[in-house]
Amino acid sequence: MRLRTILWKELLLRKSRMISGLLAITLGIAVIVGIQSVSDVSKRAVAIKLDNLGSNILVLPQAASVDDYYSADIDAPTFPEDYVERLATSMLPSVDNLSPKLTRRVKVGGVPIILTGILPASELASKPIWQSAGLAGDELALACGTSPEIKEGPSYVDEKLQRKAIDTLAPTEILVGSVAAERLRLSDGGTVLIEGRQFQVARVLPTTGTIDDSRVYAHLHVVQELLGTGPQVSAIEIMGCCAAISDGLLGKLRNILPDTRIVTIGQIVSTQIETNRLMAKVSVILLVLIAMIGSISIANYMWANVEERRREIGTFLTLGATRGSIYRLFFAKAVILGLLGGICGYVLGTASAMVLGPQLARLSVEPVPIYLLWSLGIAVAIALLGSWYPTYRATRLDPASILQEV
Amino acid sequence: MYVLESADKAYTSRRGTVHALRSVSLEIPKGSCVTITGPSGSGKTTLLLTLGGLIRPTSGRVLFHSVDLGGLSDARLAQYRNQKIGFVLQTFNLVPYLSALENVMVPMMFMHRSKNGLAGRARDLLGRLGLGDRADHLPRELSVGQQQRVAIARALGNDPEVILADEPTGNLDPRLATEVLDTLRELNEKDGRTVIMVTHSPEAARIGNRKLHLVEGTCQDGALPGTVAV
Repeated sequence: MRLRTILWKELLLRKSRMISGLLAITLGIAVIVGIQSVSDVSKRAVAIKLDNLGSNILVLPQAASVDDYYSADIDAPTFPEDYVERLATSMLPSVDNLSPKLTRRVKVGGVPIILTGILPASELASKPIWQSAGLAGDELALACGTSPEIKEGPSYVDEKLQRKAIDTLAPTEILVGSVAAERLRLSDGGTVLIEGRQFQVARVLPTTGTIDDSRVYAHLHVVQELLGTGPQVSAIEIMGCCAAISDGLLGKLRNILPDTRIVTIGQIVSTQIETNRLMAKVSVILLVLIAMIGSISIANYMWANVEERRREIGTFLTLGATRGSIYRLFFAKAVILGLLGGICGYVLGTASAMVLGPQLARLSVEPVPIYLLWSLGIAVAIALLGSWYPTYRATRLDPASILQEV
Repeated sequence: MYVLESADKAYTSRRGTVHALRSVSLEIPKGSCVTITGPSGSGKTTLLLTLGGLIRPTSGRVLFHSVDLGGLSDARLAQYRNQKIGFVLQTFNLVPYLSALENVMVPMMFMHRSKNGLAGRARDLLGRLGLGDRADHLPRELSVGQQQRVAIARALGNDPEVILADEPTGNLDPRLATEVLDTLRELNEKDGRTVIMVTHSPEAARIGNRKLHLVEGTCQDGALPGTVAV
């Protein structure tokens, strides 16, 4: 026989009390796991939405405003295209999809449109909503020149930006926003004359509800040539990770490009950051509350258990048990309660999130295996914390007094 | 084996100080069978538990084989109780959710030796006490006499030199009491173990080859007041 025999037999003897002691831990862990699971899915969902919205950082010339960028003022300042290379070679983490753009208002057949020069692959990659709307696979290849046949044709290969995979849009092709296409009465495969050059419509883009719908996109270098600006761009759009932005990414970008204005699409980013922070704070507050409630509940149960087993503990001490043996006996029990509570809490919390997530938040929640480890760790810690003082008192029981109790 | 030198035990509370033992000096040679009698509150159990290393004297010394028990650490005292002493208590103090066999194994388990062979030894002890067929029964499934015999088997688990019995027949009817007394006498006479028993019963006290009588913490049964040579 070993201590664990005593442990298990005692647990099974007082099952109902053990279950009530377990309940607080189980429910506490279930709440944490449930909230975290929904919160994680929610964060991912918001991140995907942000991703679909496209870039969230704008690099503008020092003298330009965001309004200039969106109004495509003909006199809006520009900066050298080389800045893209500086960013690309800076190896900054959390920066994806650099999209340099040159934007000007032009008239096509008397209809004002915004002509935007892009480096196509990066532009398309930063707008997944376009890809999901059909510009993928062969069509995307057609648009961006990723197929071998297209690469053999006349196309731009930007040697300086090797780190970012930049495919090409043929010099004679354009992408047309939905509003611009309507105004110009253009459809896929149609042709149009812009600034004296004939272009073919590679694709009419789906509606996004943004200024992009009024744009006509051609290759950046073609636009630069048409407008005679030389190697200049109006802006660089960057997709930066929200957490990285809050960790000082903007400052690092300013260090690389000191003579530019770097702005975020603030509302979106700050809202996301604030939401993430709020969820993190709520989780921490809940964790602290649950740790306290769980510990108190376990302490209460263990305290009652020690009182109930006074005679037994006194007998053990009389028969030669050391204080270490009593600590092992009760701490092992706490670990078992913690493990059981952690497993039950994880299962209950995950199941609740999976059932309630789609109903309450229209989010599909999947089990997160790593939370099982966290659940076990937290539950065991709570159980040990709650058991510490009752166990300490148990080891301090005076067997002589207990033996003399009637 | 045991030497008590002016052992005194006092309990102090807000209501005052109570002297459970008053300067008790005595010697108990190995192999003795000592009975301790006296009125309630006279200090009988205190003396027994002091010999068992469960109570440290307020002053004076309790020597076991010349080792001062009062000077031992808690861990060494636990080891002393575990290996040298077998306790038999009036209320048996069996663990209710362990079988008779497992109860007998409890002190063996605390001895930290190999767990192999413990069950066999426990079964032998139960067999010796006539409980071979009750090994797997829980205490509540045993009669009080059987429970006390399980407690005696448990006391023998680590083959102790000394059996300390605190009113072992207090909860038993006369027939069962006789059985238990016979067992204790046998442990003393056949095994050569030292048996020290606290009892209220004059019948039980007869098994002792020495009898101590305590009144208000003082041994009155010696050649000198407070001093008993056994």
